[in-house]
Amino acid sequence: MRIYADNAATTKMSRTAVEAMLPYMSEIYGNPSSLHSVGQEAAEALADARERIAKRLGCTAREITFTSGGSEADNQAILTAAKLGEWKGKRHIISTAFEHHAVLHTLEALKKEGFEITLLDVHENGLVTAQQVREAIRPDTCLVTVMYANNEIGTIQPIAEIGAVCREAGVLFHTDAVQAAGHLPINVVDQNIDMLSLSAHKFHGPKGIGVLYAKKGIALQNLIYGGAQERGKRAGTENIPAIMGMAAALDEACEKMDENAAKLTKLRDRLIEGISQIPHSALNGDAVQRLPGNVSFCFEGIEGESLLLLLDDKGVAASSGSACTSGSLDPSHVLLAIGRIHDVAHGSLRLSLCEENTEEEIDYMISAVRQVVEYLRNMSPVYRDLEMGKREFIIK
Amino acid sequence: MALYSDIVMDHFRNPRNVGVIQDADGVGEVGNAKCGDIMKIYLKIQDDKIEDVKFETFGCGSAIASSSMATEMIKGQPLSQALSLTNRAVAEALDGLPAHKLHCSVLAEEAIKSAIKDYYDKNGIAYDKKDFPDCESCAHGCEIDH
Repeated sequence: MRIYADNAATTKMSRTAVEAMLPYMSEIYGNPSSLHSVGQEAAEALADARERIAKRLGCTAREITFTSGGSEADNQAILTAAKLGEWKGKRHIISTAFEHHAVLHTLEALKKEGFEITLLDVHENGLVTAQQVREAIRPDTCLVTVMYANNEIGTIQPIAEIGAVCREAGVLFHTDAVQAAGHLPINVVDQNIDMLSLSAHKFHGPKGIGVLYAKKGIALQNLIYGGAQERGKRAGTENIPAIMGMAAALDEACEKMDENAAKLTKLRDRLIEGISQIPHSALNGDAVQRLPGNVSFCFEGIEGESLLLLLDDKGVAASSGSACTSGSLDPSHVLLAIGRIHDVAHGSLRLSLCEENTEEEIDYMISAVRQVVEYLRNMSPVYRDLEMGKREFIIK
Repeated sequence: MALYSDIVMDHFRNPRNVGVIQDADGVGEVGNAKCGDIMKIYLKIQDDKIEDVKFETFGCGSAIASSSMATEMIKGQPLSQALSLTNRAVAEALDGLPAHKLHCSVLAEEAIKSAIKDYYDKNGIAYDKKDFPDCESCAHGCEIDH
């Protein structure tokens, strides 16, 4: 059996998305900036896609900028807010300790330029509150950036409330909605969002394409200079096939959102229930305020990379936040942010589902995870010490 | 997965010498759970020869494979031979390790030395301290490269 359970990393493109792209690789290949009818045909498609995406986000087409993906959108949003803030002498930014690196590393770069960054602590259930944001806002705060849903532990942040706090204080609010778009409802007006990033390949669209929504009146700062595409704010000939694929994928995901969420939540909870039976395992993040497809666990006494390799041998494609899989010395900053200590965070596993997964696959994964965890614990000197009482279990 | 050589994957999937020797003559444990890898080596020694060796490892694929390969390389060997085993030899026998995983082979070398040192200590056998890693230090701090 081969099961793909790494949909938070990327998804398989939907048939609809692939078919929406194909004509724009062969028949309608013009450059939308060209005046001739070949180009204008592409320009019309581009305008239509922009309109459809805007509608899904609850904004106007003019507020949509196409980017190369979520990372670029995050970078542009944050650097824009920083520049606008700097002009007014505001050099303080609020974010959280468990953002995606596209946000955290951009903030680190700004820190080197003299910005002050406040990273809010994340509660052990993987949530931050609007109250925390309210308390952190200062007169010189130019931006609050909080992710809509976390990529590792799937927790959903109270975006609308945080947005309301920011509105009240007159501070720009950006949300990295890369994991949320197509899976959770988005309405930038109702949710008080000034800027939002999304990426198509997280909802069965193509890779290399994303959106930055910026509320009318926010003067976006360029990351890429050149031609007049995207109202001069993002140069480079538009990736029309990808944009068409993204529009189609987003339409499809939004139309099926309720249906998919219901199905996924059921699968997710079955998987959580099954894995919870493994002794000394713990779910990471809130059980309710979480993405319908996200399952994230820590297992005491084992290491995540060997867990992934053995699951792969059993046909299960998963992910982990261990140091060995992150290629750094430390395990996932997300798990550390919710208070998991290093020893435990090394033994993490993320299974991220999509609506194509079946109950049969869920049951197979439960049994595969159980077998692999048991096998690895049997050769782990750490687990032996835990069992013999030489060390104390952290996960009871 | 192309991250590892076929030999690494073979030793990871079918690790040799996994387990515990209850009446071991020497036991060595190196690494740190905080850093994500711990290796424990058990030795049965007779006439200055490694009669049997077992290991337990908490760690990534290359840590398990390095333990497996290193134990294979010293099994049945005289202690002098086992003491001269280098991490480089372990990594080479595994057909190479990714650069950021080389420390796993270092752990294997250190775990073996630590177990032999334990045997010497228990039996009052004199040895040259500089032949052994300072295992006070290898239990602390996460070094990715040695």
